[in-house]
Amino acid sequence: MKQLLILSGKGGTGKTTIASAFIKLANAKSYADCDVDAPNLHLITEQSSQPMKTDYYGLPKAEINPELCIKCDKCRQNCRFDSISVDKKYKVDPFACEGCGVCKAVCPVEAISLKPAVAGELMLYANEGEVFSTAQLKMGSGTSGMLVTEVKKQMKSEIVNANLAIIDGSPGIGCPVIASLSGVDMVLIVAEPSISGISDLERIIKTAAKFGTMTVICINKFDTNVENTKKIEALCKKQRLTFMGRIPFDSNAVKAINNGRTIVDIDCASGAAVKAVYNKTMKLLFEEGGGLRS
Amino acid sequence: MRIAVLSGKGGTGKTLVSVNLAAVAKISTYIDCDVEEPNGHLFFKPEDVQEEEISVKIPKVNNELCNGCRKCIDFCKFNALAYIKDKLIVFEEVCHSCGGCIMLCPEKALTEREKVIGKVQKGTSDQVTVYTGILNTGEASGIPIIKKLLAENKPEADKLTFIDCPPGSACIVMESIKDADYCILVAEPTLFGVHNLNMVYELVKLFNKPFGVVLNKCIEGENPAENFCIEKNIKILDQIPFDNELGILNSNAEIAVRENEKYQALFSSLLETVKKEVQHETTSYS
Repeated sequence: MKQLLILSGKGGTGKTTIASAFIKLANAKSYADCDVDAPNLHLITEQSSQPMKTDYYGLPKAEINPELCIKCDKCRQNCRFDSISVDKKYKVDPFACEGCGVCKAVCPVEAISLKPAVAGELMLYANEGEVFSTAQLKMGSGTSGMLVTEVKKQMKSEIVNANLAIIDGSPGIGCPVIASLSGVDMVLIVAEPSISGISDLERIIKTAAKFGTMTVICINKFDTNVENTKKIEALCKKQRLTFMGRIPFDSNAVKAINNGRTIVDIDCASGAAVKAVYNKTMKLLFEEGGGLRS
Repeated sequence: MRIAVLSGKGGTGKTLVSVNLAAVAKISTYIDCDVEEPNGHLFFKPEDVQEEEISVKIPKVNNELCNGCRKCIDFCKFNALAYIKDKLIVFEEVCHSCGGCIMLCPEKALTEREKVIGKVQKGTSDQVTVYTGILNTGEASGIPIIKKLLAENKPEADKLTFIDCPPGSACIVMESIKDADYCILVAEPTLFGVHNLNMVYELVKLFNKPFGVVLNKCIEGENPAENFCIEKNIKILDQIPFDNELGILNSNAEIAVRENEKYQALFSSLLETVKKEVQHETTSYS
């Protein structure tokens, strides 16, 4: 099974809009939303059944038993995350605690224990030979990278007869993005023709290159700034990254999304352009055994 | 007065709002906490930039002292250590710098070394002090950089500080809004925008932060984000229309309020509304 990951660096360039169009065009049997911070793919992929939900446990959180605590202050002094405070009693801030266990190790009276903590929820839609894996991180939680890994595992745990998996990624370049990159065959970056977009594009290209993943680029809303579109195309050429095409700004796209439909469900300019990008991407992914490595 | 600008969804206009508010306030501080993709500096093009590297502490192995007891490996909750072919290996990318392994090693085979993960820049643009945090590519967490950015700027009541937050609602956003006096949530009029607005709305409520919403990219007709605010009785601070001219200025990394009086007026009025809201909140809370 070939895995295609859609990333962007900058947020709001159109990852989910394009991922949902690809899923529709490919009639994909296996797909996932790895933007566990702000998942949106489920809003636009029709699901006929309720998902199977499982709690996701991140790292445990420390808890201090005030009856055993002798207020020696060792836990507070050794905590690197400033998560222990004292105000009459010693207390752990569960949002700051990363569950490392140092406090428990230094406590001379065993007053500290590590308690499992729910850090999010995994959702799996599986019906008629189709599987969609997604999750929602609990607010203010860490360990989003670990949850991304779980989403991908969950997607692969359901055996479906699929030769393609489409994965919607998260913005940025940090832990959830790094976790989503592992094991994928190709990254399609959705770029945006703005100075900010170009700066972020360069950072995500570098990040993908560090993990040796084949990277290709398309530009969304290209006509909102043609000068910058040309700059991105020149950048692709210079870095020898295969360019997959331009998608125009299209107010019909917003209308389609707001009605819970993908841009290829309606007849519109952005839908036609994304079809061309899709065909080119599939050709490269399946027929030519991969493009130029970044 | 610290004002954090956040959105949940990416690309709704956090940087547009925070940069233009800081610029229209004239004397202010702008802090870019979106360390994975910092863009505010592209707009401000700050001068006299001073730079400081940010590092975290990572264990370093002396394999001559290590006797392979594996106590460190058993302890590490992040699986950042492994014993392979009679050698202790550190996986730097997943290390959380808790220091536990070093503390526990009975042979004193582990020591700490500094590893650079990014940098903080400080510069000026007219009378705006611009702070930027930049995470190096390939690094997992920008939280130490955000901590540094916010620790350098002790909150001052009479000084306006705008914090440009990362997207999402995870730990990194929480860290950015921790000391904020007020939060501006920027929302776009799409189904995705509303879903993510709801998430940050829950986040600011959880942390008990006073907040209001700016509706960006407004077009004629139904706005699902506006409906959401009305339904939840959320204060709408302002509506920024979808506007090609503003779009072009913004995509060319120009500061709209410095280029055009129309936008100067728009953001001045937003700033006044925000200031009033903050004063109202501080008086009603104290």
